Amino acid sequence: MSSTAADDQFYREYILDHYKNPRNFGRLENPDISHEEDNPLCGDVIGMDFRVKDGVIEDIRFHGRGCAISQASASLLTERLKGLRLEDAKKIGKADVLGELGIDISPARIKCALLSLKVLKVGAYGLAGNDEDEE
Amino acid sequence: MIKTFDVAAIRKDFPIFETGIAYLDSANTSQRPRQVTGAMLEYFEKFNSNIHRAAYRIAEEATVRYEATREKVRELINASSTKEVIYTRGTTEGINLVAYSWGRKHVKQGDLIVLTIIDHHSNIVPWQILAAEKGATIEYVDIDERGELRQDQFRKLLERSPKLVAFGQVSNALGTINPATEMVAAAKTAGATVLVDGAQGAPHQGVDVRALGCDFYAFSGHKMLGPTGAGILYGRRELLEAMDPFMSGGDMIKTVRVEGTTYHDLPWKFEAGTQAIAEVIGLGAAVDYLTALGMDAVRAHEREITEYAFEALSDIEGLTLYGPPPSRRAGVISFSIEGIHPHDLATIADRDQVCLRAGHHCAMPLMTRLGVAATARASFYVYTQKDEVDRLVGSIKEAQRIFA
Ligand SMILES: Cc1ncc(COP(=O)(O)O)c(C=O)c1O
Repeated sequence: MSSTAADDQFYREYILDHYKNPRNFGRLENPDISHEEDNPLCGDVIGMDFRVKDGVIEDIRFHGRGCAISQASASLLTERLKGLRLEDAKKIGKADVLGELGIDISPARIKCALLSLKVLKVGAYGLAGNDEDEE
Repeated sequence: MIKTFDVAAIRKDFPIFETGIAYLDSANTSQRPRQVTGAMLEYFEKFNSNIHRAAYRIAEEATVRYEATREKVRELINASSTKEVIYTRGTTEGINLVAYSWGRKHVKQGDLIVLTIIDHHSNIVPWQILAAEKGATIEYVDIDERGELRQDQFRKLLERSPKLVAFGQVSNALGTINPATEMVAAAKTAGATVLVDGAQGAPHQGVDVRALGCDFYAFSGHKMLGPTGAGILYGRRELLEAMDPFMSGGDMIKTVRVEGTTYHDLPWKFEAGTQAIAEVIGLGAAVDYLTALGMDAVRAHEREITEYAFEALSDIEGLTLYGPPPSRRAGVISFSIEGIHPHDLATIADRDQVCLRAGHHCAMPLMTRLGVAATARASFYVYTQKDEVDRLVGSIKEAQRIFA
């Protein structure tokens, strides 16, 4: 019990910041794509709304409830997605998401970290979501 | 006077505590003392063989030890006969056995099944499957603001003459101790067959199935100091006699001819295939251990820890406790902390070697009813000491500091 918020290896300042002040949080009216996924382990839910124009993600919002890891990861992901071409968004993978979080995720929490990526993949691309379950 | 026990001495029987963990997840699965692992090891090393099938000495020894657990369990739960004590893998299998072997025969289209909103998924899903197959209806007894079953609503449902009533003796998610004896009596008067899920009852409250008066009672060995893979289904003999087997194959038969098969007597009719021999022997050792402590003493100890924890947690700002006051609950405390997700709390607790459960506790209908996705849950058993609760409080304060 020696760590403080500033030097915590897991709950880093920027993660807590994204958790407490999530970016692009809320809903879009009449989104082009809207999809939700849940984490069956804990019942947490994340959904994303996309507005897409000429192949570019013009606007994006996420909603739902979850732990700091799933919320921060979703918030970070929306920041990255906004303004991105769908083609390029397709290339985002597990390693990118985990890399962006920048912390060591234990097997017990990996699903939290990747929940928003699953929403992106299943919702926006219709890819089989089960792929994300494999570690 | 209730006898008491020395927790420090008990902890010496559980080598896992030498790792320094604070274990607050016994409602999920308990720890196992040396006496249990030792009994299993003895089987593996001294008389490992299959039961009921061989005429040599070690197989006889294995059979005797395996069957001895049945009498121990019979005595623990006060069943009238060992014929009423069926080995299963656990509560889930016991309930599925009843849903399959009893339910498929007796539940018909339009019948009513009464469950409760606080039940564990394993006491909901098998009935949903049965109801869907048969065209039966399910109603769920709701809870009041204290997390206790609404008895008025339950009585109303009984007026509709349900075919089956199934509920937990103790809630694993809230710790609520249901008034099981009165509920069973009312359900029986209404003509229902009654199954009680004893997964959290048998280990902590103990049970006298004859006094309880239910038709079926299912529980798991791994929540009462025994190993995983061995549990018990108690059933009233006349019901079990009239039921068809659940699993079929070897061991559960009397004679097999190409034109047909006659089934074995109770309880073996329901025990097909090679059984979890070591686990059942381990369960017998667990029953011995609990019997030596005395279930009254187990309850008294848990109550003391629960009261202590309830008070300690109540003092924490921003903490919400779910469920009834300590006098009306078993050693389970579900809670949430403002601004901190239970998973994050569990991760932070884990760094202090505090094992805390976070999630929906296989009770999603209850979580929905409470309007939460998940809670944190601390649960206690015979070996739990106050210092483990103190460590939990420390972890919570640490989490609040990080998330401040
Ligand atoms: C109330 C209740 N019922 C049923 C079960 C299922 O027990 P098992 O997983 O051992 O079959 C549990 C354990 O999680 C429980 O707490």
